[in-house]
Amino acid sequence: MSTQRSSSRRAFLQTGVFGAAAAALAACGWDGGSKLQPTFGTAAHFNDWLSGKLFSSSKHAPQFSPTQRSASFPNYYISSAPPELAEPAAWRLEVKGLVRTPLSLTIDEITAMGRVTYTWEHHCVEGWSAIATWTGLPLRAIADKAGVLPAAKFVRFDSFDEGYYNGWDMASAMHPETLLAFGFNDKPITSDHGAPLRLYAPHKLGYKLTKYLTTVTFTDKQPGGYWEDQGYPWFGGV
Amino acid sequence: MHRHHWLVRVTHWLTVILIAGMIASGLQIYEAYSHFGMRGAPPYPNLFDGRTLPEWARLGGWLAGGLMWHFTLMWPLIIVGGTYLTYLGVSGEWRKLIFKPSDVRPAIDMAKYYARLTREHPAQGKHNALQKQAYTGIILLGTLSVLTGLAVWKPIQLHWLTMVFGGYQVARYWHFWAVWLFVGFTVVHVFMVLVVEPATLRAMITGEYRGKYGREDTA
Repeated sequence: MSTQRSSSRRAFLQTGVFGAAAAALAACGWDGGSKLQPTFGTAAHFNDWLSGKLFSSSKHAPQFSPTQRSASFPNYYISSAPPELAEPAAWRLEVKGLVRTPLSLTIDEITAMGRVTYTWEHHCVEGWSAIATWTGLPLRAIADKAGVLPAAKFVRFDSFDEGYYNGWDMASAMHPETLLAFGFNDKPITSDHGAPLRLYAPHKLGYKLTKYLTTVTFTDKQPGGYWEDQGYPWFGGV
Repeated sequence: MHRHHWLVRVTHWLTVILIAGMIASGLQIYEAYSHFGMRGAPPYPNLFDGRTLPEWARLGGWLAGGLMWHFTLMWPLIIVGGTYLTYLGVSGEWRKLIFKPSDVRPAIDMAKYYARLTREHPAQGKHNALQKQAYTGIILLGTLSVLTGLAVWKPIQLHWLTMVFGGYQVARYWHFWAVWLFVGFTVVHVFMVLVVEPATLRAMITGEYRGKYGREDTA
């Protein structure tokens, strides 16, 4: 009896160990191959859900003094050179989707609506961090002006940087520290950092912060994102 | 003599696989930015600063793949680790495994024996005092890895935890250091098993110990 039990246990253990090893080998592709991809998908879904639960709408990111700013702050875009507008005067921010009043705003109209300035630590998915000062209008002000409908659950941000885009959850987007930023380190934002207008928030990883904004769309369907579609975590909150 | 409960054996080998996966995917993530410390500030001391680890030691192929593996495997690892710790507590086995102040003297005796200063192998229970020190240390290291991992994952939402470790970059630094402590532990652990007492390998697979050290009835 006891021998039988221990041999069935041994078989169980062997199956478990070899099964796991075989699954790992079958999954040599970076995305887990066809075998593990569904598992990755489930885990990613769960992590996004948990990140949403851990996110607090009332929690403020720690602020730093401008004297603590990092000596360098990397810039990045998908295009081969910093995207520039052919006709800067023709640029408008389009606000559309599930809103009562779609908007089309010039940069002067946006900067006239108000501004806040914060010095925060920026977190990149790669692992680096840097301190910088950002000036902008809380996205919430635009949402209030447009009158977002209760059916809206997500926000999609589009850019003129080779189709770079992001999708956000509503709670993160409506946080008072989620800004439409037009100032960087006390100066108007430059074309290598997302001019004329970019998204900025201390509670999201850098790749979620769409630069070179063109359109803000309130929607009930979860948008993907440039990197998110390639496997980066969708929620991307820190 | 029956030495290891099946839960201990199963969680032990699952932990081996899961930690190997966590380290390999973590080293893939490290490749994306192989420095510690804020941008523009001098980097923290690190033998691997600016270096890419060999391909065989990495899992995931690129940053997104490394993240996927890391953020998937972390859950089974936490569940397996939690199961083991629960078993340790509920069964009372922790009394034979956790290092206590009264183990300091026996640990010195044991160290003398290994250094060949004494010839007699000191009397011991299931584990000798140096083993208790190592196994208690590895439990603390596992806990530290999970907590620094959470601090790096959510430095704003769990800001208090990140600050316990000294900030985001310092938490990343400890999280990375944990890798080399795990590797160091494993090298010594495997050496002791294979060279000093191979009977313990059988015990961790079948549960049955046929070696010469330790008695179950003494702690």
